[in-house]
Amino acid sequence: MQAIRDLFNSFLLIELLKGLRLTGRHLFTHKYTIEYPEERAPQSPRFRGLHALRRYPNGEERCIACKLCEAVCPALAITIESEPGADGTRRTTRYDIDLFKCIYCGFCEESCPVDSIVETRIYEYHFERRGENIIHKEDLLAIGDQYEQQLAKDRAADAPYR
Amino acid sequence: MIELLLFYVFAAILLFAATVVITAKNPVHSALFLVLAFFNSAALWLMAGAEFLAIALVLVYVGAVMVLFLFVVMMLDINLAPMREGFARYLPIGALVGLVMVVEMVLVVGSEQVNLIGATTAAAAGEPMSNTKALGSVLYTVYAYPFEIASVVLLVAIVAAIMLTHRRRPGTKQQSIDRQVRVHKEQRLRIVTMAPEKRD
Amino acid sequence: MAELTGLVWIVAKIVALVVPLFIAVAYMTYAERRVIGWIQWRKGPNRVGIQGLLQPIADAGKLLMKEVVIPQNANRFLFLLAPLFSIIPALAAWAVLPVGEGMAIADIDAGLLYVLAMASMGVYGVIVAGWASNSKYALIGAMRAGAQVVSYEIAMGFALVGVLMAAGSLNMSEIVQAQQGPFWNWFWLPLLPLFIVYWISGVAETNRLPFDVAEGESEIVAGFHVEYSGMAFAIFFMAEYANMILVAGLAAIMFLGGWYSPFHGISYIGPIFDLVPGTVWFCLKAAIFLFGYFWFRGTFPRYRYDQIMRLGWKVLIPVTVVWLVVESLFILTGFGPWF
Repeated sequence: MQAIRDLFNSFLLIELLKGLRLTGRHLFTHKYTIEYPEERAPQSPRFRGLHALRRYPNGEERCIACKLCEAVCPALAITIESEPGADGTRRTTRYDIDLFKCIYCGFCEESCPVDSIVETRIYEYHFERRGENIIHKEDLLAIGDQYEQQLAKDRAADAPYR
Repeated sequence: MIELLLFYVFAAILLFAATVVITAKNPVHSALFLVLAFFNSAALWLMAGAEFLAIALVLVYVGAVMVLFLFVVMMLDINLAPMREGFARYLPIGALVGLVMVVEMVLVVGSEQVNLIGATTAAAAGEPMSNTKALGSVLYTVYAYPFEIASVVLLVAIVAAIMLTHRRRPGTKQQSIDRQVRVHKEQRLRIVTMAPEKRD
Repeated sequence: MAELTGLVWIVAKIVALVVPLFIAVAYMTYAERRVIGWIQWRKGPNRVGIQGLLQPIADAGKLLMKEVVIPQNANRFLFLLAPLFSIIPALAAWAVLPVGEGMAIADIDAGLLYVLAMASMGVYGVIVAGWASNSKYALIGAMRAGAQVVSYEIAMGFALVGVLMAAGSLNMSEIVQAQQGPFWNWFWLPLLPLFIVYWISGVAETNRLPFDVAEGESEIVAGFHVEYSGMAFAIFFMAEYANMILVAGLAAIMFLGGWYSPFHGISYIGPIFDLVPGTVWFCLKAAIFLFGYFWFRGTFPRYRYDQIMRLGWKVLIPVTVVWLVVESLFILTGFGPWF
């Protein structure tokens, strides 16, 4: 009996028609496309985009050149050189991130004891010449200065979960 | 005028293609030139008014037979050097076969007795018919028995070919598509409803 | 002189058919992307021009400007010839299709046979491309395509044999005329199994999903056209879509009454619908099939290769043969309005 019913089902293409009905219904449902430049998907405070180096409110660089981020970076994207600064503290003379190597895992941010290196919400950037993919300390600090308010807010929002 | 020109163009290409079929080094090229030769002979038949035959030639030989030929030829990795050896040795017998064929063709084409195709009888029947219709009516009336016998012979050949290549290999593991297709969702899939975990 | 004007007239007719055909091919790609987008809850291309309507033109411009890369060990001559092998039959078959009453370029008596011959030749492009590329993926794709097309051609041919039995002619115009009348007079109703078999094997003939093992992106990259780029690839693409339109047009002629309106011959409403030109009806009927292609693509997963072969040889061909016998009984008894 079951075999006969199966035969009828397969010859009447029942299952195929069921599938067609399902996709046919989807033809007319609401579309979920977000039309990017005009609309944007919401971002989490934990979003990991372009990097930045932060400063303390008094303008002092947070980075103490401990090189934890350089050590933890799985893609070996970070290069740091350091010397004693003017006030005798250890400061970086060079802080380069190769954005081609970077996989945006966020380990550098996690490892940083002073919340200096962070990943911002910026995801729209591009390079036009060779070498531009390596982003230097001054650029990172500038990005940090520009987005400090947003960065501080995001860190505060995420703090209870850390 | 144009027709005559076209005839010579097609005929020239046909001869060229047929020559390349046997002279080309690469078997795939040979097969493709054979396709070209079929095409041009089909074009010649079309010009002679035998549209059915022309299209049937393209359909059967170009569309099916040569595809399978190409298939086989592409799969083979033929070493060309040994193929060329012994050309002189086989030349006499090859020439003999060729000569016999030429003589036969001359006999068939040149003789008055051999009635080529049934077309003349159909044309003589009176009313102007298209080539397709004429061929059909002759095939299923005058030549009905030869036609049926030919089809039975072909059927036997098909069955024989399958029987010759069909062998049971008990050791092999194969998927049974019929069983796979007949499977029901219930036999393979268990849908479990789970209450969502409570969040703190 | 008369010959010359005749020649010019024929060329004009060919241009009048091929130009709309190419436009249709271009917009099929757009329509396909939109429809599949909708099925997947997306919007599809909607940026270039109003609602993305210029997208095909942008694509064509991009492909025109790209380089045609020829692999080092490829057979140059055949590699470049293969795209032509695949598009020429797809266009040549249109010569006998009556797109409206008396609007076939060549209204020959063996029209159906001619179409079948041309359809069977499309596979050369695929096979030659696969071989000439000198790539294993391309060769596997070509082999699959060849075997599949040769197999499904038989089922398709048998389905069309049913049509020519019912119409009593190989001439395309006469086949349409045999279906004169409202939509229940068309052949799809008495030949429903053949109609479905034709539809399925038509999808398989054109190597479209769910029968696209010849391309099989997830298994053999892009099948026979892995190595093609730029315009050579575009020609393969156009040939595929031209073939789809051809199969759809054939279906409209064979099973859906060609240029007749669905209400032809009914009193009162019939004449109103007859005011619409026959070509429009033909295009609308073909469009049903073309939409079917997109819908199937959006719905069904790819068949496995051995399952395709089983479906073709063990299901479709027996079904057609059985229905041919049934049909001949119909013809003997003069069943319904059809025979």
